[in-house]
This record gives sequence, C-alpha cells and structure tokens, in this order.
Amino acid sequence: MVLARMGPLLVLWLAVFLSGTWAVDRGNFKTCDQCAFCKRQRALKPGQSLYRALLETLELTNTKLTLQLINDNNKVRLLLELYRLQGNMTRVKINELKPLKPRFEVPDVLINDPPTEPLSLLSQDENGVVLSLGADSQRLIVSAKPFRLDIMEGREVLLSLNSRGLLAFEHLRIRKDTQVDPEGAEKKEETDAANEPAEGETAKEDGMWEETFKSHTDNKPNGPSSISLDFSLPGVEHVYGIPEHADSLKLKTTDGGDPYRLFNLDVFQYELFNPMALYGAIPVMLSHSAQRTMGIFWLNAAETWVDISSNTAGKTVLGQMLDYVQGSSETPQTDVRWISESGIIDVFIMLGPTPTDVFSQYASLTGTQAFPPLSALAYHQCRWNYNDQEDVAAVDQGFDEHDIPYDFIWLDIEHTDGKRYFTWDPHKFPQPKDMLQGLIDKRRKMVAIVDPHIKVDSSYKIHNEIRSKGFYVKNKDGGDYEGWCWPGNSGYPDFTNPEMRAWWASMFAYDQYEGSMENMYTWNDMNEPSVFNGPEVTMHKDALHGTWENRDLHNLYGLYVQMATAEGLIERSGGVERPFVLTRAFFAGSQRYGAVWTGDNTADWDHLKISIPMCLSLGLVGVSFCGADVGGFFKSPSTELLVRWYQTGAYQPFFRAHAHLDTPRREPWLFGPENTALIREAVRQRYALLPYWYQLFYHAHHSGQPVMRPLWVEYTQDTATFSVDDQFLLGRDLLVHPVTEEGAKGVTAYLPGKGEVWFDVHTFQKHNGAQNLYIPVTISSIPVFQRGGSIIPRKARVRRSSSCMEHDPYTLFVALSPKRFAQGELYIDDGHTFNFDKQKQFIHRRLSFANNALSSRNLAPGSQFITPSWIEKIVILGASKPSKATLKTPDGKESLLEFEFDASMSVLTLRKPGVNAGVDWTVVLQ
Amino acid sequence: MSCALLLLLMSLALAMGTGAAVEIQRPRGVPLSSEQFYEENKPFTCLDGSSTIPFDRINDDYCDCRDGSDEPGTAACPNGSFHCTNAGFRPAFIPSSRINDGICDCCDTTDEYNSGATCQNTCREMGRKERESLQIMAEITKEGFMLKQQLIHEAKRGQEDKQGKLTELQGSKKGLEEKVEALRTVKETAEDPEKEAKERHLKSWEEQKELIRMEKDKTRMAEAFLELDDDADGYVSVAELQSHLELDPDSDGSLTETETQVRCLSSSSTLFLPLKADDEVSMPPYDTETQSLIDGAYSHLFYNLGLVPQSLICDPEFIWICRNLEKEIGFDFGPSAEFAYLYSQCYELSTSEYIYRLCPFNRVSQKPKFGGSETNLGLWGQWAGPEDSLYSVMKYDHGQGCWQGPNRSTTVKLTCGKETVVTSTSEPSRCEYLMEFTTPAVCQEPASLDEVLQGHTEL
Repeated sequence: MVLARMGPLLVLWLAVFLSGTWAVDRGNFKTCDQCAFCKRQRALKPGQSLYRALLETLELTNTKLTLQLINDNNKVRLLLELYRLQGNMTRVKINELKPLKPRFEVPDVLINDPPTEPLSLLSQDENGVVLSLGADSQRLIVSAKPFRLDIMEGREVLLSLNSRGLLAFEHLRIRKDTQVDPEGAEKKEETDAANEPAEGETAKEDGMWEETFKSHTDNKPNGPSSISLDFSLPGVEHVYGIPEHADSLKLKTTDGGDPYRLFNLDVFQYELFNPMALYGAIPVMLSHSAQRTMGIFWLNAAETWVDISSNTAGKTVLGQMLDYVQGSSETPQTDVRWISESGIIDVFIMLGPTPTDVFSQYASLTGTQAFPPLSALAYHQCRWNYNDQEDVAAVDQGFDEHDIPYDFIWLDIEHTDGKRYFTWDPHKFPQPKDMLQGLIDKRRKMVAIVDPHIKVDSSYKIHNEIRSKGFYVKNKDGGDYEGWCWPGNSGYPDFTNPEMRAWWASMFAYDQYEGSMENMYTWNDMNEPSVFNGPEVTMHKDALHGTWENRDLHNLYGLYVQMATAEGLIERSGGVERPFVLTRAFFAGSQRYGAVWTGDNTADWDHLKISIPMCLSLGLVGVSFCGADVGGFFKSPSTELLVRWYQTGAYQPFFRAHAHLDTPRREPWLFGPENTALIREAVRQRYALLPYWYQLFYHAHHSGQPVMRPLWVEYTQDTATFSVDDQFLLGRDLLVHPVTEEGAKGVTAYLPGKGEVWFDVHTFQKHNGAQNLYIPVTISSIPVFQRGGSIIPRKARVRRSSSCMEHDPYTLFVALSPKRFAQGELYIDDGHTFNFDKQKQFIHRRLSFANNALSSRNLAPGSQFITPSWIEKIVILGASKPSKATLKTPDGKESLLEFEFDASMSVLTLRKPGVNAGVDWTVVLQ
Repeated sequence: MSCALLLLLMSLALAMGTGAAVEIQRPRGVPLSSEQFYEENKPFTCLDGSSTIPFDRINDDYCDCRDGSDEPGTAACPNGSFHCTNAGFRPAFIPSSRINDGICDCCDTTDEYNSGATCQNTCREMGRKERESLQIMAEITKEGFMLKQQLIHEAKRGQEDKQGKLTELQGSKKGLEEKVEALRTVKETAEDPEKEAKERHLKSWEEQKELIRMEKDKTRMAEAFLELDDDADGYVSVAELQSHLELDPDSDGSLTETETQVRCLSSSSTLFLPLKADDEVSMPPYDTETQSLIDGAYSHLFYNLGLVPQSLICDPEFIWICRNLEKEIGFDFGPSAEFAYLYSQCYELSTSEYIYRLCPFNRVSQKPKFGGSETNLGLWGQWAGPEDSLYSVMKYDHGQGCWQGPNRSTTVKLTCGKETVVTSTSEPSRCEYLMEFTTPAVCQEPASLDEVLQGHTEL
C-alpha cells in the first residue's frame, strides 16, 4: 500500500536511491576524484605560481586598480581588478582579459554595487606595487613575479593570495578535435590541466569536454572553465562557515580527504561529520584568532570545493608545547584553497577586525536577515502529512486540549491535487478557506508547500502558462528540460529569469492562488533543485537558463525560488505584510528572503547534536533564521530524544517539529502526561522569551548580527571558546547548553568571561564566569544562563498563540554584573507589517540599571508606536535588599512599589510597576 | 494598568424551583462552589495556603498566589483557571490564559470582557443542540440496549448448542480413542521383544559407524584445509574463506565477512563441512532372530488394526469441526457474549479509493476499488479498550508489513448503534488504521432521559 500510494515514480526512485539501506548512498554523489575539474585542479600542487603581473599594464583610477596577469606557459592573459570597499573590505576580481565568450558573473546576490574608497599608490618598483588601504596602516602589496597579493597591517601579514601558487584559470577555448573518441574519456593522459596545457591539447583531456558519472553524461560545449585560488592566513588556527555541511563548527583540515563541497544537492539520509555537499551553499569563510576576525566571500555560484590545511593541525598538544619551549615554533597558519567549475574569481576580503565588524561587512554586501513576522518565531507544527481538513482541525484542537501553544500548522505535498502546487486535493481539502478561517479564529496560521518542480500536465494551468511563456529551463537541445520529481515528469521554471520570477510572484495573489488567505504562508522544498533521475539527484549541468548553463549558476537556483515566493507574499498584501517563506536550498543572500532548515535529518541523538553547529555556521554567514526538524525527519525518535529535541529546538531560531510520512504520529501529547508536560514546558519557555527573540531578529535585520552565536563571537580572546559547539549564545545575553546526550545525568557547560557572572534562568543561582560548570540534570532540565550585566524582557502570560499575547505585559529580568550594572533593550512593533521600516512605527527602548536605578529611555526618537503593553514585574538578580523602591514617571508622579526579596538567592521582585512599556520611567532603589 | 472589574455581578434566574431571581456576588471567574473562600473585604488566603493578601488584590491583574487562586478572572497567573457559568449550557473551567485573548471560549462570552472580541452568547443554542443530540443518543441507546439483550439471549443459546455439539463429538471421539488405546497396549506388548532386539542391533551399528566417521573426518579436514588455504601459508584467512562459495549460508553468491566470522566461530576448532549423501553407509541387515521377531510383531499388528475404525478418528472434517467449535467457544465475546453474533460475519465500507472490510475476530483488509490486490490490515489481536471499558476497542495486528515500517494494524472503535456498520476508516499514522464501528452490543443500559438532561443544565 505504501508504495502503491506513492505511485510508480517513487518505487523507481526508491529502487534507485534507497536500496533498502538506512544511510546516504555515497555512491550517488561525486568525490573530488570523480569530478573532472576538481581532480584536475587538485592535481596542481603548491609551488611557484605560473602567473606574472604585467606592471606596465597597471591602471589606477579613483575606484579601482587594474592590472594584467599572464600565464607564461600558454600566454593567456587575465585581468585583475582591485577595489578598496567602504567598511574595511578589499575586492579582488580576476577574469580572462579576452575570454572567448563572456564568463558568468553572479547577479542578484550583492544588494548594490559595493561603494568604493580610493586606493593610493605608496610605492612602485619592478617587483611590484604597494597600495594604501587607508585606515590602520593597512597596505596591499602586489608582487609581480610570481604574482601574489599580501594584505598587511603594520608589519604583520593578515592574508596572502596566491602565496602557494594555486591560482589557476582554465581559459575558454575552441575544441580542437571535434570528433569525440568515445573511449577518450577513459584514457587518462596525465596532463597538468590546471597548468594550462599548451595549445594543441586534445579532447582526450580528463573530462574537459565531456564527463560521465554513473549513467549520466555531462556535455560541456564550452569545455574546461574552472578557476582556483589560494589564501594563506598567518596566525590563524580556526576557520568557520562555508555551510552547508553536517560537520563541526570549526572546519577541519581536508588533507588526505575530500575538500568541503558546495553544490546544492538533495542528499537522502545524509551522514554526519563529513564534507559532503548538502542542500545549500554559502561560499563565505570566517577566520578567527585572539587578535583578529576576518572573512573571505568567494562570490561564485558554480560547483565549488574548498580545501583547508594547517601547519598545526597534525601536531599534538605535546608537540606544540615542545615547539613553544624550544622556541622553534613556526607561526600557526591556515591555508585555504577555493576551486570552482566556472565563472570568474570575485573575492571579497572582509578585514574585520572584530566578529561584529565582519558581520556588518558581509551584511553591507549581501543584505541582512529578513525581519520575520513575530509569529514565525513561535512554534511550528509540521508533518508529512496532515491528511485532511479534519486532521488539521483535530491537531489544532489537540494543542488547546493539552494547553500547548502553537502558531503555525504546516501542510506538506499531499495537500495538493496530485502534487500540482497552488492546488488542493479536492477530497481531503475541499474547503481550504473554511480551514484557514478556523485557524484565524484561533489567531493561528498555516504554511502550505509550493515546490519549484511543475507537473507536466496539459490540464494544469500553472504548467500551461509556464510552457506557453517559455519560462521553463531548457535542455541542451533547446527543448523544455524535464525530470522526475514528486508529481512524476516535471518541468523546472527558470527562476533566474526576472520575468519568470515576476509571474511566479503574481501566482500568490489571493485571486490566483485559490483557497489561500492572509494567514497562509509558503514553504519551498526541493529547490536545489531535486531531480530524482538527474545526475546526483539534481539538474543536468548542461541544462540552460537563458544563455547560461546550470553549471554556471547551479547554487543560485534555490535563492531565486525563495526570492520570487517571498516577493509574491509581499505583493499579495499590497506591500504591507512581511512574508514568511522557508527554503531548503540557499546561497549567499538567501537571508534576505526568510528561513532555512537543515533538511531531512534523522531521529538520532547525533542529529540533535549536529543541529547546533549547523545553525551556528549558518548564523556566521548571515542566515540567522535556522532550525532543524524537531524530533528528526527520518525514523521515529525515542520519547526521551523527542523531549530533548523540543528542549533544544525551543532555544534555536526556527522551531518546527516535522516527521516523515512513514513514521508514527508524534504530536506532543502522544507520549503520556509526563512527556506532554515536559514538551509543554519547553514550548512555554519559548513563548515567554519571544520578546527577546524578536529583539534579536530586529538586530539581525538591522545590522546583520547573528541571533544564535558561537561563544567566540563574544569572547574573542578566550581560546577555550574557539571550538565550542555543544552550547551557544542567543544574542550576547543568554547562554544555552541543551542536553543532547541520551540518559544524561549532567552536562558540563563552559561559562565564559573572567570576572563575569551568569545566572541560571530557572533557579536564579549565580555562577562565576571562566569556568567549566557541571550541572546535574533531570529530564526537565534545559540549562540556560543569563549574563550578569544584562536585562531580558519576557512575557510571562503564555497563551495559545503568539498573536494572543500581543498586548500582554512584560516582565523584565535584570541580571546585575558584579559592578551592579545591567543593560538591555525592549523592541515593540505591530509584529507583522513593514510599518516599522516604512513609517518608523516601533518602540525601541534602552533599559539600564546603574547607581541603584533602573530606567527606560528612548533609543529611537524618530519612531512612534503606541502599545497597550505595560511593565508587570521586574526581577532583579544579584540584588541587595532596598529599604524602598520608587517609580518615577514622566508626568512627575512618584509612587512606591511593593517588593519581595529572596535573601537566599539575592532576588528582588518589584510588584506591578504598571507603567506603559513605551514611555520613559525610572525605578530608584534606596 | 487595565483595571479589571473586581467583581462580577451575576443575576441568575434559576430556572428550576421558584423562578425567583437570586443575586450572587463573587469575584469574576470563581465557581459557586468556591465562593466561600472569597469573602468580600476580608484578607484572602491563597487556596494553597501559601500566603494571605488584601481583598483588593483579587483579580487586580497581578499574580500573587503561587496556585493562581487570586486571579481567577484575569490572565495574570500562568496556572490559573477561569470558571464560565454558561447558563443554558454546561459550566466549564478554562485556563486563565484564555481570558481576553480575543478568542471566544465560553459560550456565555464571559472570558472576553476586555479584549475587543465580539462574542455571541451561544449557550442556549448549544444547550438545545446538546439536548437534542442527547435525546437522539438516548433513543439509540435504548433501542440498542434492547437489541443487545436479544443478542445476549441468542448468544447464550448458540453457545449452549455449540457446547453441546462439541461435548457430543468429543464424547464419541473419546470412546474411539479408548478403543485405540486398548489395542495399542496389546500391540506394544507384542512389540517389546522386537524393539529390544532392534535397539541392540542399532547400538552396535552406531558404534561401528562412529569409528568410520572419525577416520573420514580426519582425512577430510586435512584435505579441506589444503583446499582453503589458497596461499599455502598454513593459515586460512577471511579472504580465503570468502573465495569458497560453497560455504555461503544464504546462497547469495557471496560470503560476507560476517558470514565467514559466524562460520569460523560456530565451528571453532574444526571446520564444519556439510556431510554428503554418499558418505552414508547403509546399516547391515538384522540377524535372523531379530528379523523373525519383527515379522511376528507386524503380522500381529496388521490383524488388530483391522478392528479399529481409523477412518473416523483421522477424518479431517471431523477434526476441523471440533477445532472450530473449540476456537469459537474459547473466544472472548464480551461479558455476556453479546459480540458473538459478529463471529464469521464481515462488514464493508467503500471510500473513494478503497473497499475496507472488517471481519470481526478474524481480520481487517483493504482492497483498491479499481483493481489491485487485497492488503491485510491486521489479524484479530485482542480487546484493547481502557480498563473501564475494555470492550469498546478491538485491536487487529500483524497485518502486511510496511516498507521500512511496522506491520499494518487496525484499531476498531465500537460505539453504540442500532445497526452494525463500519462508519469510517482513516490512517492517522502510516500503516496504523482506525475504524469506527457501530453495534448494539456496546449499548449501555440507558439512564432515564430526565437524568441525562438534568445533569447538563445544572449551574
């Protein structure tokens, strides 16, 4: 029955891709060795670069420096462009001087043409030139022979390019022998392709003109086109980023294994702790040392591989100590090498020097996190699939019966009429508007899936329009590209085409998308894109998006799908409402369009653990709105795992439970009253903390600072934090160490910050910073600590959805630093429109505690917003007992506040200040 | 802030009794039964006794009591509960977080007194509807219960019939068996000398055979080792074992490492090799003395067997009838065998895609409407209702296996009805089916209708 219902297509797919095993079939995905350009490039070993700068070609204008490079072997010239960008960044672009045809340059990722600052020439001789990068005595040194770039600050090298001579640029060429020898690809002639073999080469070069993987042949009419460049980072031992990989936060060296791969793929049952490609790709790497944080943004949307090596990686701690004692220690250094299949070299070097600076720098290039509707930060209930309208109503009712809040219920692919997106199954969902109205009545919302593959069916309006408008991706022969996905034979709209995107967006209008209403939002899955019968389960690289091959822009497809969908949701509301769109595939810049999740994970403890580094890595490169399927998608979690996952997910940005079609039901109340209570409590903690989450997302949107942060981002000097990825910070002020071990009796959390203190948010117990703290845990424990010196707003009245809590009062938790100081914020707006931005309708307040007085002052004088919310309670942690507490309001009135003091925990609770949350006030303790 | 009404003045015209209006004053959200604890203008002690607060702190929109009892009419306490009187319908408690959340929860609208939500008082309408449906239910129950009595009666008779038939059959069977037993004794007496002689012969043969086998094994082991030890290094490696497909237990054409390990472990010191048929040497003939005994015994036996009506004891139909009767009598058909009538019946429900078939105490199945084979959704398992109503749920399990999942199973929920029908089917979880089934057999003795209705209009 299962198979029969999924249809013959799935049977085929299962047969091909599952083979009945419970793990990724690695054989379906390429290793570097099976990928012709990666193999060719990797065969090039570090050494003297073949490139030389032609200094006589140097031109310096107000905005950039240009210079030609030449490969002395094949005489092909490249054009180097150097820009100094505002905000302490350097951009390095390298293209062929005269390419046979244009090479792809990534559009739509940068939010604007990055503003430049003038470069000035400090000195020049026959060996090279020295340029000033302005501030901080930073200089850029261009060496001519061999060509290399060094960025220096004072006498220190911050970063070098091509110092290992791995710059390689496969120039476009005309195929010499037009007759393809079918055996040709098999005969491996050992030629150093990356070294630009001399003219006269033949088509027999390793996979240069054709490449076969499994049963798929990739035709390459443009021939070889790959690029490579190396970066050296002296003094650096820790690099992060380049998601998406199911791996630790700190990136590993790749010597002796495969490089980290960036190529958007639908990987069935992915494995952990390896560099295999996953659903999304963000080619941004951060480096960090106690001295400095920097970033490298490799703007290329083709398949990319990243090699990392380190001169200290292999050394034991003892070896490093010996080096130190003997004074023979070489400076630690990390070397990175990027390889992409096509396009140009376009690199942004973000020079920091702090993590905050790097986040701002990257945000200035690609934009910031979309500010989600407040409700999207609440709890989401998903399953493949909620079967019908009755099922939806019953689950909705179940949440009320068990008094568990939730905001969104989700519908997966089965809600559609035969996997035709934008439609409804007429038997299971005959009255979608009634269903949505039922949710509106409960102040709740829905997400329905819309995937980018379109069923080829002449009775399906969406398909007919796309076909007649010529909006489908084309195959190499010019016909509509077709592949297999959920509906069977499917077409793939060309989302790279702005006209196609505009049309797609218009399909979300209420009069186009029948049965949709304003409380229905969208989920884009399978947008790598997933093609069940394609090479590596994705699109053929020789498929055509206009004039460009999928090869050139593969990793951009998912971004465009989400972009067009988000635009549709904005348009349908006349530009008033903020959209909410979840995507599985993503690229640099995707943060501007919504949320991402870590795809089809598994109900294993290790998958729970990996959700932390996976979301931390995404946060570092701009994508704050990240989450993993709570409970695990594949397989069925034990009750303990499910509870622990809820507890962890409650403190991660995107909080959604999801489950595979074949797993038993797992709504929170199905595991007995004790477990229902545990899950209820975790969800309630999330809801109470929503004001703080919202404030963090406002900052992520405003300035690009990640919501969920690794410890090192805030404790940049503390090397003990550099590799921590079993705990994390939310903003600066909350430290979360979820329990992710089966049967755990305790966890050891590292509380950073010498001289700082942390307060257990549940018991209010105070702990000193800069220590490993053993915390005994029970099944109800979620270890969370508030930093001494911070103020966190909560809403203690948890209701059935976040909308119901909109006008509720706030409780302020003031955690005093050892110097009896604390600072925090309060951000309030309508929670769902763009009015905060367009009309400055918001409240943003600075809350500070100093000199025994707590006050609220306006942080945004230009803004205005009226809230009925008020201050219900103030809890001061680490306080001493006052003799009285006086509230002063702007009208000059003073009133005495009642209070309670718990001497054992030093907790002072001020009763009902009652003052409006939007006005100035002060509470003085005497 | 948001000074909520401290007291809710409730004018209730109590329908029953005199019809005189009675005015009750109590804080908002407090049920009549707790009114005594909220004495006006006297300090209030939290119901858990945790602290005592001035009366004006009741419903002042700030939570003072740990148990939430000071804020029965506001949402201030996370664990509070609000009482709606719902005159005309049924009183209810709701979590206090639902007070003024913009959603109408109480049919008398009292939970939304300050949220701007416009709620309609639907209590009377709901009360009416409920009374109507209760009335219908009561009628069904009444008729159903009468039918049930009939079913019980029939079941009792049926059960007695069957028991009687079985006893009869078993009686005749027993008589025959006794006869056979007697003959067997005679036969065995005659056979004893023969048996002893045979055993003697067999024992000496076994000893002889063991000697031969030991000799052979020695030779074979040496040969086999040489054969397996491909590289002649004096050791047999895993790889060498893997190259010998004749050792492959699952006959899939290859020996996995696990298989070789199992193989090596299971035969630890000596390599086990399957004995081939040609290794068997046949037993020498009996000596004449033994042979004559055998011949004598056989002739004796043949003579006696002629007297036994073997054919009746071994008649498959006879056995089948007995077994079925035993099985049916053994079933748990409910406290009064009221479910017995379902036995060997089947009930179908047709949906847009499938025909579902429930054969109680046997199996549940599903057949696609438009071709395709039938799928077994579970075989009769057991009664699976909660403790107080065990016979309200049937469980069928061990149905056809699911891909990467469990075997299919079906839960059948029984509700009281005049007719015996499958009313709905669903698959809430993959391969776990739910069926709703009405039958008079679960109808409970109806309480008088007046009682039912009265129980729901009390304030």
